[in-house]
Amino acid sequence: MRLQTATRIAIFAVVELASAPERQLSAAEIAERFGISVNHLAKVLRTLGRAGLVEALRGVGGGYRFRGNAKRVTLLDVILLFEPVGPSGEGDREPGSETVEGRALRRVLGEIDDIARATLSSISIATMLKLVAQQEVPPAPEQAGKRAAKALADAAG
Amino acid sequence: MHVRGRTSIIAIVHRKADTGTPAAVVVRPAEASDLSTIVALDTEATGLSKAAYWKERFAWYAGGHRDRFFLIAEHEDEPVGFIVGEVRAWEFGSPPSGWVFAITVKSDARLHGLGTVLFDALCARFRKAGARHVRTMLAKDAQVLMSFFRSQGMMAGPFIQLEKRLAP
Repeated sequence: MRLQTATRIAIFAVVELASAPERQLSAAEIAERFGISVNHLAKVLRTLGRAGLVEALRGVGGGYRFRGNAKRVTLLDVILLFEPVGPSGEGDREPGSETVEGRALRRVLGEIDDIARATLSSISIATMLKLVAQQEVPPAPEQAGKRAAKALADAAG
Repeated sequence: MHVRGRTSIIAIVHRKADTGTPAAVVVRPAEASDLSTIVALDTEATGLSKAAYWKERFAWYAGGHRDRFFLIAEHEDEPVGFIVGEVRAWEFGSPPSGWVFAITVKSDARLHGLGTVLFDALCARFRKAGARHVRTMLAKDAQVLMSFFRSQGMMAGPFIQLEKRLAP
């Protein structure tokens, strides 16, 4: 599967901003980090802003900040802002698509689309951040337990 | 009575206001007295009550076999979740691997990392039993559950599940 440039830029920007949600980054800083065009990134950030995934902060020290829920926003959510995933719809059939061969091929390709959607919809931005940090030593089970304990205690007030 | 293994106190949750005593999340092997709670937790999660099914599964997984695990997460003496799995070997040509068959956390205790605690506890037992991988199988549309397992670092494995409708 290949993603369009704007989609890739969007994923990079969202992951970069979500890695430190309190931090503000300028478009130039993000563009430099990934070696991409600032102008292209600015357009992408506007789309992400309209979708409520990033926030533009103006003034001195302004920039962009992640404002989604990293555990809830998935790769599919980001991708669908820029391109469809899977069949593009009934309206744009290609030549031969209504033949028996075309229908058989569509069935096979649909299987791939289903898996792609299931995969992309199951990878949250938080999970992406873990994948990014995969080279780091994973937390020990005891640490996970302490995190759960703290979360429960916080919830209990 | 614990069916198998030791109880592990793996998390200090908070101090009770009256005594200052730490309350803990405990992961322990399931006991026969947990069966009704297991059925209730599953019913809450799935909307279907399957008492007979869980009785049979309990006998299989909590029966003391060294490669099968039925674990309960308990907070302040109340079961708040469970996980079930076993180490299986050489099916589909696979060396010993841990399989997660079920995981459930009580709805009002979710989003606090208890699923991770249960998953880690089961993985530790799988490792001890000789497994080097942990696997599970999910419906493609089970997005919440799939996201959970993804968040634990699980990725697509080397197998693809195929099926065919049988002609009547």
